[in-house]
Order: sequence, then structure tokens, then C-alpha cells
Amino acid sequence: MIDKRVNTAHEAVADIFDGATIMIGGFGEAGSPVELLHALIDQGASDLTIISNNTGSGEVGLAALIKAGRVSKAICSYPRTANSTVFTELYRSGSIKLELVPQGTLAERIRCGGAGVPAFYTATAVGTPLAEGKELREFEGKKYVLERGLRADFTIIKARTADVHGNLLYNKTARNFAPIMATAANTTIVQVQNVVDAGDIDPETIVTPGIFVDRVVCVAQPAHESELVAAGVSYP
Amino acid sequence: MTSKDSKAGWSREEMAARLAQDIPNGSYVNLGIGIPELVAKFVPEDKTLIYHTENGLIGMGPSPVAGQGDPELINAGKRQVTAMPGAAYFHHADSFVMIRGGHIDLCVLGALQVAQNGDLANWSTGEPDAIPAVGGAMDLVAGVKSIYVITQHTTKHGEPKLVESCTYPLTGLGVVNRIYTNLAVIDITPEGFQVVELSPSVDFKDVQERTGAPLFTKRESATAGKK
Repeated sequence: MIDKRVNTAHEAVADIFDGATIMIGGFGEAGSPVELLHALIDQGASDLTIISNNTGSGEVGLAALIKAGRVSKAICSYPRTANSTVFTELYRSGSIKLELVPQGTLAERIRCGGAGVPAFYTATAVGTPLAEGKELREFEGKKYVLERGLRADFTIIKARTADVHGNLLYNKTARNFAPIMATAANTTIVQVQNVVDAGDIDPETIVTPGIFVDRVVCVAQPAHESELVAAGVSYP
Repeated sequence: MTSKDSKAGWSREEMAARLAQDIPNGSYVNLGIGIPELVAKFVPEDKTLIYHTENGLIGMGPSPVAGQGDPELINAGKRQVTAMPGAAYFHHADSFVMIRGGHIDLCVLGALQVAQNGDLANWSTGEPDAIPAVGGAMDLVAGVKSIYVITQHTTKHGEPKLVESCTYPLTGLGVVNRIYTNLAVIDITPEGFQVVELSPSVDFKDVQERTGAPLFTKRESATAGKK
């Protein structure tokens, strides 16, 4: 019988190693796996490369991981967020590297990484500083830039519901990068609000098939980043 | 012209209302953050537009009633929104299939500079201590069928934002179709900036003085360009 559940967030992230590359779901606070991020801070892995859309807010979740000095490089589309100076300070002091990627190119690089496609051409960023040094090619009279697929050692994401096989349903715009990140890592770790038995989710409605998921941990009442920030919480 | 005239002409709301008149009924539209978001408030009642937000929702509705929002139902500006009947959620790769694949009809964006050939700069001033952040702007201008810019005609310091060539880092090459400013509606044409309409309180000479490249008056055949 297949059962991908693990008991705690700490157990779920226990094998994340120094120097790992980690995809982290979320667009702003929607979909940010706050409890898995806090477990990762407690676990202590450092020199991490993170792949995420943003860099967190306040001093909780992703921003707290960065503030703790665990991240050496961010591959990111929009590392500026209201209520956070954590990334800004480390970037300006040269303590964190940034690879800036247009949001859609970031999504497609992750999708390709998960799909076994090493690279693709896109019109996005042609003629801009973000295409400098990259191969250009013309198709039917229009210029495109070559972008590489992205893969990671780990993906950590949040979903709403899982079954024991790891089939996932999401909540509204918290879905964002999670379904593609789940496909593009060696190990995909998911926190969900509830776990149900195999067969309890209609197969027609499943968003992420369980083949892409390795570990599921139940966090019944996940914290919302904005509420932690408003309450002045700083993790740890 | 003096710098205090930099807010002459249409107000932000009037600019948004003027732009809203030009969007065809039934269009799939992506509105950028800031003045572009205002456009939704001025769409005539006989039109239904379907709003896309690149973080994964088509059929976006207005802000929720206070206290009834969901922190996981937000727009690209990370503000809480609602989902209209007929809305759909999707992941980021699909969202940018809609954008990059040419399925979105119109995107309305702000600008730091627009050049007379349609080059757009709107993501970075290139200052060395600025934290670079691009989001979806480069994907939107590369893939959406029509790009409208809505912006003040000049900067706070009275410098032209409509220029011969952009000095700020580019978002895209030759991507803008039409510009709505507080002073005028201007099309990008092969000949350059073509004035479609002037704000009632200004004349052509006023607008030319505050523009960094030559303006032409509208010709009979002119319509908003399509890429």
C-alpha cells in the first residue's frame, strides 16, 4: 500500500543538505509553504540556492530563511516585496547572488526541467539586459532567446488536500508555481491541510498527479504570512 | 511650460476612462499595477471584459468586501481580489501560455519611457543600488496581442517620458501600440508618435514641447496598431 505521509514538517525536510537547490512554491504569500520553511530553518541546511518568484515578506517563512543566512543564491523574478528589507540588505552587501528571470521564463524553465526538455526559445527579454550573453536565433523573421530548463534537488510547496498517493488539489491562486515545481525536483515535499484516502479525490479533478510527489505532511492550520507579519512575528 | 503644468490635462481617472472606451467588448485583458488597474472601474456597462492576472486566475473580479477576502486569492500586485462566475484558476506555466502564446488580447502597462519606435522601459531605472525585479512585464509585452501604455506625459520633474530612444533598460523592443497620457492619446506608427486625440485643455504645441521626439497629427487612415 502506498502512503506518502510523513509525521512532521521536520521529518519531511530532514535530508535537505548543504548546497542544495530548492524550488519553493508561492506567489507572495499565496502558496508559500511557511511551516516547511520554518522546519528547514530549524534543520540548519545552508549555502542553498532557492528558485522562487519572490523573496518573502517580514521576517517569517522564506524571508526568515534568507535572513538566517542560509541562502547563497536566489533565482527569482521579483525579489522585492512590501514589508521586507531582508533580501535587499543581503543583496546590497554582496552576501546573496541573484539570477533575475522574467516570470514566464521562470515558469517555462521549471516546466521544461520537469518535462525533460533541456532548453527552449522565447521572445521574452529579447533586446533587454536579461538576454545579454544568451544565444539568439531567428524563426520566421522574429528573434528568440535560448533559455535553459531548471531542475532542483528538492521542491517544497503547499497544497490544500492530498490523498495518500500524493495526488493534490490546491486553493485558488495559491496553486501558482506548485504544480510545475512538483515535476522538476528529485524530491518533492508538500504540506497540505488535510490528507484523504486513495479514491477520495475524483481523478477528474486532480491537479498534480501523485507521481510527482514524494512526501506529504499535514499542517491542518497553516499560518498566513501576512498575519504573522502584521503580528510582528520574527522566526525563529 | 513650467513644471507645475506637468499634471495638466486629464486626471488619472479620466485617462483610465478614455482608455476603457477603446477596449472591445469580450476582450481578455491583463491590467498592470497602478494606473492600469484603474481602467477596470471605467469600463462602460455595455461591455464585459475578462481579466487575467498572471499569478493564475482568469475572470478576476474586484476587491473583496472587507473581512471576506482570502489571502490565497490575490492579483499580480499581491492584493486580495475575487473570482467572477466563469473564472478559472491555473498554474504559472499555463498562465504564461496564455500570455506568450498570444491568447490575451490586451495588456495595459505603466512606463518609465516609451520610444517613438515602440520600445518600452518600465522595469528598472538601472541605478546601481536598485534591487532588480522584473516580474511578468517582459513576457506580457512579448506575447500579448496589443500593448497600451497609460502614464503621465512627463516625469515628476517635467522630463519627457515619450522619447526618441529609451535610456533606461528595456522591457521589450517595438512592443507598444498606443499611449494614453494626461495630455494626449498617441499611436506608435512606422513614422513615430502620431497624435490621435488631445486632452481638451492643451494644444498640439503644448504636447510637442513636453515630448522628447517629433509628434505627427492623426491621419485619416490611422487606427491603433496591431502587432
